[in-house]
Amino acid sequence: MSEHDHHHDHDHDHPRLTDAELRVRALESLLVEKGLVDRPALDALIDLYETKVGPRNGAQVVARAWIDPAYKAWLLRDATAAIAEMGFRGRQGEDMVALENTPGVHNMVVCTLCSCYPWTVLGLPPVWYKSAPYRSRAVIEPRAVLAEFGVVLPEETEVRVWDSTAELRYLVLPMRPEGTAGMDVEQLAELVTRDSMIGTGVARRPGDAS
Amino acid sequence: MTGTGPTCLLPLQPHDAEGPVFREPWEAQAFAMTLRLHEAGHFTWAEWASALSAQITAAQAAGDPDLGDTYYTHWLAALEALVARKGIASRTEQVARKEAWRVAAERAPHGEPIALDAAIRAGEVGRDG
Repeated sequence: MSEHDHHHDHDHDHPRLTDAELRVRALESLLVEKGLVDRPALDALIDLYETKVGPRNGAQVVARAWIDPAYKAWLLRDATAAIAEMGFRGRQGEDMVALENTPGVHNMVVCTLCSCYPWTVLGLPPVWYKSAPYRSRAVIEPRAVLAEFGVVLPEETEVRVWDSTAELRYLVLPMRPEGTAGMDVEQLAELVTRDSMIGTGVARRPGDAS
Repeated sequence: MTGTGPTCLLPLQPHDAEGPVFREPWEAQAFAMTLRLHEAGHFTWAEWASALSAQITAAQAAGDPDLGDTYYTHWLAALEALVARKGIASRTEQVARKEAWRVAAERAPHGEPIALDAAIRAGEVGRDG
């Protein structure tokens, strides 16, 4: 049989699976056979990070700190314990530190080395957080980076940049927006964006488009 | 929302207000495997972070602009390296198994799920040298 004359017009030359897909299937099937992982557990993890974590956990922490001064003091003193008390525990055994934004100090978080990120409270990191430009520029010119995120701070506000590590992750406690006096925790949590907890944004004001 | 994000998200693809967190299903799979292996005690998170940052550094040195879109490519390479180094699955095993999947994908009829056939795995491509 000749090998080359059965040419089809559809994209036969296109691989059905990409290189990365093949490699992931290879690893997964090996690990499953060796009894090291099982597919339902993998699917459960993906589902967990998709639907149950997200930035919502962090928003709950922030909203509670806005309403409850004792909780806020605990959060700033021992964020790992205060966050764990709400049922959010680090999967990697990392310690958490909460950084309070005030009119005088704005904190923002980066991981210059790779992309360490507080998954427990913020879910999975956005693409820009993982990018080299953010990782380097956040340290060199934080105000310019903030401006690109639409955050322009008064001159007198000090910007502090915190570099995450495998052992230590940061959660920014954004300032509570004005006009939220009568709101409850659930309503307040709606105003807490992911970016506000990384420090590349501020909390929404009531009535702002989401 | 600004509407700048892709609109072709798969229903199960994790995403947040700014777009997909994983761009493709394989990224989520690579992520989940890493977490499971770590939780089972096969490596510490510090070991993982060091493997990943080594991979990213190497990729940058090789000219990757590293804009975040190649992140899980680095993640996968780091996982493969760590899995080999820890003796969980050797490079040889990994390469042979990848080849088996490639063959399986070629042989699968269009529109049908690709299954790793035992004959393919044990046969011409599964033998490691």
